[in-house]
Amino acid sequence: MRSREVAAEQVAAPSAVSPEDGADGGVVLDPDAVVQLAAVSKTYATGAAEVQALTEVTLTIRRGEYVAILGPSGSGKSTLMNILGCLDVVSEGRYWLDGEDVAAMSEAALAAVRNRRIGFVFQQFNLLPSLSAARNVELPLVYAGVRKEERRRRAELALGRVGLGERTQHRPTELSGGQQQRVAVARALVTDPALILADEPTGNLDSRSSQDVMALLAELHASGRTIVLITHDLEVAAAAHRTITVRDGIAYSEPVEVSA
Amino acid sequence: MRWTETLSIALEAVRTHRTRSLLTVLGIWIGIASVTLTVGLGQGAQQAVEDQINSLGSNLLVVSPGSSTSGGVRGGQGSATTLTQTDAAALTDRAVAPDIAAVAPVRTSSTVLTAGTTTWTTSVTMTSPEWLTVRARTLSAGRFLTAEDLDRGAHVVILGASTADELGLTNGVGQTVTVNGTTLTVVGLLAASGSSSSTNEDDLAVIPMTTGQQLLSTSSTATGAVSTIYLQAIADARLSAAYQEAYNALLTRHDVTADAVDFSITAQQSLVQAATSTSKTLTVLLGGVAGISLLVGGIGVMNIMLVSVSERVREIGLRKALGAAPRLIRTQFLTEAVVLSLAGGVLGLGVGYLGAWLLPKLIDQPVTISVPASVGALGVALAVGVVAGVYPASRAARLAPIDALRSE
Repeated sequence: MRSREVAAEQVAAPSAVSPEDGADGGVVLDPDAVVQLAAVSKTYATGAAEVQALTEVTLTIRRGEYVAILGPSGSGKSTLMNILGCLDVVSEGRYWLDGEDVAAMSEAALAAVRNRRIGFVFQQFNLLPSLSAARNVELPLVYAGVRKEERRRRAELALGRVGLGERTQHRPTELSGGQQQRVAVARALVTDPALILADEPTGNLDSRSSQDVMALLAELHASGRTIVLITHDLEVAAAAHRTITVRDGIAYSEPVEVSA
Repeated sequence: MRWTETLSIALEAVRTHRTRSLLTVLGIWIGIASVTLTVGLGQGAQQAVEDQINSLGSNLLVVSPGSSTSGGVRGGQGSATTLTQTDAAALTDRAVAPDIAAVAPVRTSSTVLTAGTTTWTTSVTMTSPEWLTVRARTLSAGRFLTAEDLDRGAHVVILGASTADELGLTNGVGQTVTVNGTTLTVVGLLAASGSSSSTNEDDLAVIPMTTGQQLLSTSSTATGAVSTIYLQAIADARLSAAYQEAYNALLTRHDVTADAVDFSITAQQSLVQAATSTSKTLTVLLGGVAGISLLVGGIGVMNIMLVSVSERVREIGLRKALGAAPRLIRTQFLTEAVVLSLAGGVLGLGVGYLGAWLLPKLIDQPVTISVPASVGALGVALAVGVVAGVYPASRAARLAPIDALRSE
């Protein structure tokens, strides 16, 4: 099947090889892609009614890109983010993350993929309040089975990277919102993931802290990280080098002028 | 992930919710402590009764006179004087009763003993030399009655440990006591019976049956009546044979039918059984009540774990997003439940042991806590944790990470 023809251009990275149809729906894999979606649809069954949250989304995000996914609430933006983050599975279509076909994976296998390949930054920070900053940052490494000393070393390194090297033993409640979000960024970094997925990272922050966090993301991008930023805020999206707009479950590529 | 990591995550969670954890533990704590204590009390009581009865002697049969009927009024058991020394003598005949090893007829009388200026009223036991073996007693000094003492009606006495103490004759072998104006020489002292009971096993004076007839004659003495005949079977396995032999011999001697039997024979085993079955029933009853409190404690753990799961939906979602597989989440919550229950079990055992040490001092009741019972209690605590944890843990494991993360 062919991606639906719409007035606006369908999403495709400027230089990405367009996934092509084969006899069995085979898609040419871009060796440089971190994320490659091919005609992904997501349908939710709510009682008798079926809600189509995403319709045949095809997109490619390549290594080192800084992409914003923009859309109002209810657009399907969150569904897309959940699928990209392997927090939810596709109803139809295929998804390769860092070269791995994750569309048909079991929950346990998806947990491992999230652990190794994705770093999450959430709007609500989602730090465990009873644990120190360092212990929060260590958590993904705990699930990866990394030894204690190694965990501690890497957590301290990551916290140093986000400018919190002095506050490793502070509890989240002893930190400002901006600092908490930076701890979350450190936690996203610590496993050295292929993709950093930031879901409205500035949604709960004042403008000053927002600038801090956005600067941090820009810095990470400059050092070669692949970042996907999910937001409803055009201003925030402007920080990214490419914007994908989601409206009514359909993704459109809308290049945004950026200063490199 | 290694189990130490799982354990440390569980401990972190327990520490985080201190008050809640403590309250959860409390339920198990009380349950285990009460089970431990009630079972300990029951076993202690059982042990005490068993010791007390066993201290009477081994392979023992006790023949008591039946009830008397005078003027249409039936007296209490043992009120009749149907047992005599001749009965006892007949039972010593190996042809009649081959399974009876020893026979000790006993008549008792409460009498004042005087040693110098000290007087003491005690139970004077008039018997034969066999009494010592039949009743499984030992001497701490001197000798026991001899056949010669019995033949001659010798003026000798053997004192029980506390009687000797009361009379100031703890080293009294060779000294004398006076009974009804007759001087008796103390030839031996009985060792303490070792029974923890408060019965007067150690407060008695033993004299030959014949001496008793001279000193303490009553109307029944003339007929040679005795209050009890103790029989010892040749072996534990021959006890029922000995019982039958004694029963048949006495029926014949008394010329009565089985309907009008004027004596009764009790085996020491049946005494033990009767006495322990009562305390066993009580133990089971109390243990059951305590077990129910443990069950309630277990339900408490399940309840708290369920609350904990729904309260920590976000945490579970986050852990899943960060790479915790469903199995790990399940293990984590199960471990938490087991940690709580085991903590309750250990604390409960501690309180149980404290009670076992304290209670006997307060209420004079022996408490026996055995190692298998303690291990069992911990096993039960562990099982309660697992059973109570499984359902909440699998609910936590089934939560979808997105739903969990979105919950506010």
